[in-house]
Amino acid sequence: MKEKSDGVTRRKFATCTAAAAAGWALTACGPRRLHDVPPDRLRELVREMEREYSAQYGKHVRVSDAGAVPGVLFGYALDISRCIGCRRCVYACVEENNQSRDPQIHWIRVLQMDKEHGVDFTHADPYYQPQEVPEDGHFYVPVSCQQCRDAPCTKVCPTGATWAEPDGIVVIDYDWCIGCRCCMAACPYGARHFNWRTPSVPAGEINPAMHYLGNRPRPKGVVEKCTFCIQRVRAGRYPACVEVCPVGARKFGNLLDPDSEIRYIIEHKRVMVLKEELDTMPKFFYFYGT
Amino acid sequence: MSRAFLVGASVALLAVLLSLRPARRGVSVVDPVPGPAAQAARPATGQQQLRVQVPPPPFSEGVFPCTDCHNDKDLPSNRTRRQLVDAHDEIVLKHDEEHRWCLDCHDADNRDRLHLAGGQPVSFEQSYQLCGQCHGEKYRDWRAGVHGRRIGQWNGPKEYLLCVHCHSPHQPRFKPLTPKPAPQRPTRPAP
Repeated sequence: MKEKSDGVTRRKFATCTAAAAAGWALTACGPRRLHDVPPDRLRELVREMEREYSAQYGKHVRVSDAGAVPGVLFGYALDISRCIGCRRCVYACVEENNQSRDPQIHWIRVLQMDKEHGVDFTHADPYYQPQEVPEDGHFYVPVSCQQCRDAPCTKVCPTGATWAEPDGIVVIDYDWCIGCRCCMAACPYGARHFNWRTPSVPAGEINPAMHYLGNRPRPKGVVEKCTFCIQRVRAGRYPACVEVCPVGARKFGNLLDPDSEIRYIIEHKRVMVLKEELDTMPKFFYFYGT
Repeated sequence: MSRAFLVGASVALLAVLLSLRPARRGVSVVDPVPGPAAQAARPATGQQQLRVQVPPPPFSEGVFPCTDCHNDKDLPSNRTRRQLVDAHDEIVLKHDEEHRWCLDCHDADNRDRLHLAGGQPVSFEQSYQLCGQCHGEKYRDWRAGVHGRRIGQWNGPKEYLLCVHCHSPHQPRFKPLTPKPAPQRPTRPAP
């Protein structure tokens, strides 16, 4: 019987093997995503970041690699019957998370709305600037990342540079972000911000307590967003905006702990999420405390 | 026989699992400054209570202790409801002022403390008990950590504020604030 060659020639086999080997080498030996980097390599990377940022800003920078704690799912609640729109949270966030001062980036945007219209984004004004707040006939809805459980932004990222951590925080790997801004188009809340120019933070104002998935300095051309102050909450602390709010409208805790403040709110208060009809399942709740 | 054994074993397993549930933390039974009475009333359960701190009450400068002036020798109590003219006339009561005056909350027998509606004395550090008599819903929310501002750890020690840190007891309405600057509008660099 004559043997029939069905197309897999020696040459084709060798070519494919070489291509596969080259592909493997490129992905395995190249830079790894922070998403799946092994713990010991991550520690090295974090130490490298510390050296780089300490030299850059002339002060001792500590970059945390604290991971998610099992049994913790972070949730946030904001009392829109209390918020007076003073924007203290906006600037506390900027300082805590090393957001660019010029060009200006704000992770929190406080929307002034009319009581007449209720929560309605077509009647929202982020640029209000009266002498004193609150103004009659208005209420205020601060909007930042809603930390969706079904986050559209993570699904559209072509490089896998953004994902939800096990404790529910949606994070970004600034080294793998290619700046395509698909995630910004996908986000229904306008919560993602792009570094169109090189961000600038004066060295004296840099917050040296950093996290590798959070407030470490960002380069030009990447997207950034609220991380629930990952550098603080993974160390057990409240986010900066919670502590600075003068009316105590901001509440934070573990959704899986039945004794937490956040669970008390969900079980006892009138609670809503923004754009519920999109089914993004935010972990950021708005409630009426009164 | 084997069926009975299976049922017994699963019941025992369930009992073990239930007993292994973590003990509930005492988050919602916060007593920020446990006074002697509260400490006596609460037997030691072995359960770890959250240590909650409250900063000292926000007295006006040089006003406390009140008994420096208000003592039987220098200034005997005048319990007649009246408009104050000689001292404290800067205090304007806007807090159900039609029905109340100073001695409804301040204790005439010992000016260094307050008293509840029933006459029981309350220290200034525990003034929230006094507020809670009328504002029960807010008081419950405050104890649960939902009304008011907290500083500290979401799963550990945190600092509470007294009601009077944000709401002046004489004019409790929250004062308006000057907002921080509005965000810049998007700009386009000159061509």
